Amino acid sequence: MARLIKTEKEVEGRYSEQWVVVEEDALEQWPEGPLRTVGRPATRVDGLARARGEARYTQDIQLPGMLHAAVLRSPHARARVKQIDLTTASELAGVRGAVGPGELDVLTDEPNYEGEAVAAVVADTADHARAALEEISIEWEVLEPLLDVDQALARESFLSDPKLYERGDIERGFAEADVVVEAEYRTQSVLHNALETHQTICEWEGETVNVYTSTQWLWGVRDEVAAAFDLPKDKVRVICRFMGGGFGAKGSAGDYTMIAAELARRTGRPVHCRLDRREENVNSGNRNPTIQKLRLGARSDGILTALSADYVCLLGWDGWLPPTAGPVQMLYACDNVRTVEYGVRLNSPPMDAFRAPGFVEGTFGLECALDELAAKLDLDPLELRRRNHADHDPLDERPFSGKQLMECYRRAEPHWERRHEVHARADGPWKHGVGIATQLWYGGGGPPSYAWVRLAGDGTATVLTAMQDIGTGTRTAMAQIAAEELGLPVERVTVELGDTAHGPYAVVSGGSSTTPSMGPAVRAAAGDVARQIREIAAQRFDVEERVLSLAEGKVINADGGSWLLEEITGLLEDGQILGKGARGPNPAGMRVMTYGIQVAEVAVDVETGEVVVERIYAVHDIGRVINPLGAESQIEGGIIQAIGHSLSEQRLLDPRSGKVLTRTLDAYKLPTIADVPEIVSELVDVPDAHLTNLGSKGLGEPPIVPTAAAIANAIRDATGADVRSLPITREEMLGALHEADERRRVPERVGAAPA
Amino acid sequence: MVVELTINGNAYELEAPVGRTLAEVLRLDLGLTGTKIACGEGHCGACTVQLDGVPVLSCITLVHTVGDREVTTIEGLREHPLVEAFVEADATQCGFCTPGQIVTASALLAANASPSDDEIRHAMAGNLCRCGTYPKIERAIHTVAGDGGGS
Repeated sequence: MARLIKTEKEVEGRYSEQWVVVEEDALEQWPEGPLRTVGRPATRVDGLARARGEARYTQDIQLPGMLHAAVLRSPHARARVKQIDLTTASELAGVRGAVGPGELDVLTDEPNYEGEAVAAVVADTADHARAALEEISIEWEVLEPLLDVDQALARESFLSDPKLYERGDIERGFAEADVVVEAEYRTQSVLHNALETHQTICEWEGETVNVYTSTQWLWGVRDEVAAAFDLPKDKVRVICRFMGGGFGAKGSAGDYTMIAAELARRTGRPVHCRLDRREENVNSGNRNPTIQKLRLGARSDGILTALSADYVCLLGWDGWLPPTAGPVQMLYACDNVRTVEYGVRLNSPPMDAFRAPGFVEGTFGLECALDELAAKLDLDPLELRRRNHADHDPLDERPFSGKQLMECYRRAEPHWERRHEVHARADGPWKHGVGIATQLWYGGGGPPSYAWVRLAGDGTATVLTAMQDIGTGTRTAMAQIAAEELGLPVERVTVELGDTAHGPYAVVSGGSSTTPSMGPAVRAAAGDVARQIREIAAQRFDVEERVLSLAEGKVINADGGSWLLEEITGLLEDGQILGKGARGPNPAGMRVMTYGIQVAEVAVDVETGEVVVERIYAVHDIGRVINPLGAESQIEGGIIQAIGHSLSEQRLLDPRSGKVLTRTLDAYKLPTIADVPEIVSELVDVPDAHLTNLGSKGLGEPPIVPTAAAIANAIRDATGADVRSLPITREEMLGALHEADERRRVPERVGAAPA
Repeated sequence: MVVELTINGNAYELEAPVGRTLAEVLRLDLGLTGTKIACGEGHCGACTVQLDGVPVLSCITLVHTVGDREVTTIEGLREHPLVEAFVEADATQCGFCTPGQIVTASALLAANASPSDDEIRHAMAGNLCRCGTYPKIERAIHTVAGDGGGS
């Protein structure tokens, strides 16, 4: 019988209540450790298609009669359109239509950031469309943009009310402290730069619109398009079988989708609207900059007595306030905590989620400050973290559902111990050091999420669910889970995903939620099929169902003997065995999080300020690991992005005009293969006993969380300099070294807060 | 303006206006979409193809400058051992940069059968991967070079 219950749902730290229907006979978790397929390294089921260039991404789709749209974006950070005339542009050869402000919600005549969409043209080719933009007659009234954060704070220009959190008595906490550390940290804006830019092709078929789009969430796009065009939801079909990266910025439909849908409706032809790289770097989201004022108090034994943090998050014109205070609130056991988060609204392009939004920034400040505290206490930084380990969720004393952080610390110990030999590498101006930082992030996933499995007469299985594989390898993980439950080799399982018309509802691929949300649903659907096979076999061969199990493509009788799966499914000829599965609720009254620690080794040239990351060790706890090979790739990818964030990447805004200066991949410095250090990683791989039929959490985001702080702490270990601002450019590094020199010359200033 | 091309061993003759890039001809005129456009201005390497075995950026190569040089795209390298090696090493995540990586790597191996880590890094530094598959790319190249995985 279906049972209706209410459960808590979390995506990237945002909680909501959710009704969910659960099945009564939930599957028991598999035993710990590698199984036949799950827990063993698997190469990607779609690896060949991608490597051979056969995989069709949105960008590769050419529909018959397809037109191309180009968008006129505001060249000003704040302005008003006094007059606009699309006539000349519309009449050019090859141009099939144009749309302006007032005709579509995503087009505005009062742009509030550079790049906001004003008008669009559709033409036979992308070149024609772009050329036509030049012929749009437009007269601007340029207005003064709000770009200065102090001015914005004074004017209380906030996107939402400042968020205050308090527990205990912060003043008493500082009064009880033997040592207090106070410092300001800054993080920069970084750009996602997925290699496939944001883009959509829309095509109307009668009352239905087909939306081919590069997205992290098919169903979110469906709902947005349905609402914008006043359509029943299932009259919008969203398709994304292969996706060229997102990292958080492709969670919603975007102006380009609405423009493509509208122009396709008007012209009666398919329309492709694609951002080019420069539009991508202005207008497709960014990790918001932060200014963090932290104050930490501790007793002489290292026990934290007070944590106080003010976060100013420069969100841009739109977006939402990410959980920047999360690490200070939740990472350590501390009775007295006070945080304030301000989401400042400026005339700059809107932020969007970027791989662990908020926690990446918040962890940098907290974990750097903790090491400054350790230095003042003359206490080992790893020991300081152990002493303040949170046994329960400090927010509300809930038990954590599966927490292996102490085990992560234990495994990191020998890597942390390397610091003695690392220091000895010092050579001339090159100083070497080691730093650590702890990771905390969500990643438990949740309902609603569904999957179907069908088993054909030839004994091959197909998983159907309208989820996405954004490059993380979820298609492969789902194949492994279904194969495990059905006792089949992975090669006999196909996963069909990426199409809302070809499978049930699935979660957003964000918040490290795909595997922990979809995996249990896929297992349940495969379990439904397995149960039916046993029932059918029991009847066919006149045995008891309970003695039958599935393994190695066979139905195995515990009393001896076995039958090939095809002997049972073949009875049905073209008949299929159909299974369905739903994701159950998360454990009631428990907090589901992921954990880890990273150890960075760096070399710093104290004469030039050059910083080289030489080695990163990472250990994370995400519950059960489905695919150790894919997991290792996720860890490496997260760390490499984090190295970019730490050392080279920075969106630069012109402070007067508000224009983005780093629009190209020449100006915006992504890490290359030559920037990659030795990376050593491992996973604790103990299933979370309370979480679903899998005990698995997500891994997309955890690895990027602690790296920057570990690098900064390693720099402090190497040089004694406090780098408190990202990215750690040579200028930043030399400034910090200079400050450290000054401190040594004037000893009484040690530990003083910067003005 | 007519252009004659040899691509992956096949001869093509087609009409292309002055200013059309090799990438546009490959992707739009010939449907060879394994070659990707990620930046369109020669900064990322996703559009890499070979001209007479030399890696070039097809998004900034005008088709009328190709002349009689043989064009090799990922479609012409589908049976190259690097393809299997990339899959085995898990050197593809979203996969958007992967064809370009393989085209560049195959030119490297043709010129240097057993490259060192530094030689791989030098040759591959123009091919960006935002997912961060770099360690696996290095491993895949070493596998094909048969040198057991670098220093």
